[in-house]
Amino acid sequence: MKILVCITHVPDTTSRISFVDNNTKFDATGVQYIIGPYDDYALARAVELKETLGATVTVLNVGLAESDPTLRKALAIGADDAIRVNAEPADSYFVASQIAEQAKGFDLVLMGRESIDFNGGVVHAMVADMLGIPSVSPVMKLDIEGTTVKMAKEIEGGKEYVEANLPLVAGCQEPIAEWKIPNMRGIMSARTKPLKVVEPKAVDTLAKTTKFELPPPKGAVKMISAEQVEELVTRLKTEAKVL
Amino acid sequence: MKTLVFVEHADGKLKRTSLEAICYAKAMGGDVVALALGTLDSQSLAEAGKYGASRALHASDAKFDHPVIQAYSSAVAQAMQQEGCDHLVLANSPLGGPVAAKVAVRIGAGFVSNVIELPSTANGFMVKRSIYTGKAFAWVEVKSAKKVIAIRKNAAEIKESGAPVSPVSFTPSLTDKDFNTKILSTDKATTAVSLPEANIVVSGGRGMKGPEHWAPLEELAATLGAATGCSKPVSDMGWRPHHEHVGQTGVKVAPQLYIAVGISGAIQHLAGVNSSKCIVVINKDPEAPFFKAADYGIVGDAFDVLPKLTQALKSAK
Repeated sequence: MKILVCITHVPDTTSRISFVDNNTKFDATGVQYIIGPYDDYALARAVELKETLGATVTVLNVGLAESDPTLRKALAIGADDAIRVNAEPADSYFVASQIAEQAKGFDLVLMGRESIDFNGGVVHAMVADMLGIPSVSPVMKLDIEGTTVKMAKEIEGGKEYVEANLPLVAGCQEPIAEWKIPNMRGIMSARTKPLKVVEPKAVDTLAKTTKFELPPPKGAVKMISAEQVEELVTRLKTEAKVL
Repeated sequence: MKTLVFVEHADGKLKRTSLEAICYAKAMGGDVVALALGTLDSQSLAEAGKYGASRALHASDAKFDHPVIQAYSSAVAQAMQQEGCDHLVLANSPLGGPVAAKVAVRIGAGFVSNVIELPSTANGFMVKRSIYTGKAFAWVEVKSAKKVIAIRKNAAEIKESGAPVSPVSFTPSLTDKDFNTKILSTDKATTAVSLPEANIVVSGGRGMKGPEHWAPLEELAATLGAATGCSKPVSDMGWRPHHEHVGQTGVKVAPQLYIAVGISGAIQHLAGVNSSKCIVVINKDPEAPFFKAADYGIVGDAFDVLPKLTQALKSAK
């Protein structure tokens, strides 16, 4: 079985977000980049499936050269080879088009339920549509029996148990697998595993980000004594007007 | 311009976020057509007219009662074609998001998700969307004639602007290929207030000391008609189900009022709540970082403050 895991190269969840160039560009100064946390779950499940079912795992990123260390980390975690589509990930349609182009011939395409920078949460659905195969997200459990994939999917207020046939695209989230931390052997072997750089397919960007904005600063917290909770009720009613 | 709004329903009623989507479409201008799928009585769907839909379509076939994304997308795309709609607006829910994306791919529309405000059309068609889990916003220009907009909660004000409309039956032509995933069973809490839809959320963290101590928090939530949520450690330890986990890797909420009890306020938790209008933090540690992100704070023991707050709310009613 051939598994493709799509990963994003995104600022660490604790990063301070700011912009430069008149609010048109993300300020990457001092920002630590990571494999998207949801993508990390997808990768961990793919490596487990490789160990139990004997699959090969290819990891894919749409991004520029700065994504290479993130791809190497995925190789250290257990992917066999890597592909980088050499382009700025402009929007979800552009990224999905590039993934669909590379995903032909794979049995299972896994990725995070959403990226943590743009949070679109739709690339899996777009890729599946482009390939004419099913997609399921957010998947919390995924098992394969022959060509059938059995999944637990989170829905509002609970879970849905779903079944579909391979090939399939799944958007993953916890607790599908435990995150894997690369060991020394993995890190050493990752250096020599193949990382192929391919040029993007030409795609029109129909929705273009033109500028960024930060939320207005928050006012100071108003502290209320634990002995006067009635005051909180009054303030929520008359001052904040939320009751 | 003509806009289709895909409306979701639960327990026989249109969802609030779908009513917002109708109001959003109405405010954009042009005709609004609402589409509902699955079993729903026609009176409930007729309500769509009150919020601005001039027409309501209903594909009532029971095979839509379990939402299969592919089948829903095909039905929405066909309805747009039949009605001659060039815009699609819907709530950015776990169901609406993927449906919107698939329809956008099929009709060649520019697509924007997580939209938080009405578009600005003074200089091209610009929409504002939430990015970095609510830590920033991006302005996106949609250049294509066809557009698909998935809105976040509170993107439009819900207001009545018309009268109910009688739903018209709609029969999309679907094949087995549209039902490409099979729903085996559903495991769902039926009584709880929906967390993403709720106007008030009461969340508990490790400070609640254990799953057996949730009663005072649930009592406060019941008094307020609020949904209950929790922090990541609480869900990881199995004290509360995962679908209640609020935060970066859980549910992102945008209620009018968010009350956090015994949650220290890790940056990952804040990412899930920073779109709330008003945040109240109750924590016995005055140094808890959450106080910095709060509008109101109470330093005190949860088990002392919660019953008093519930009582005060009951008296104030």
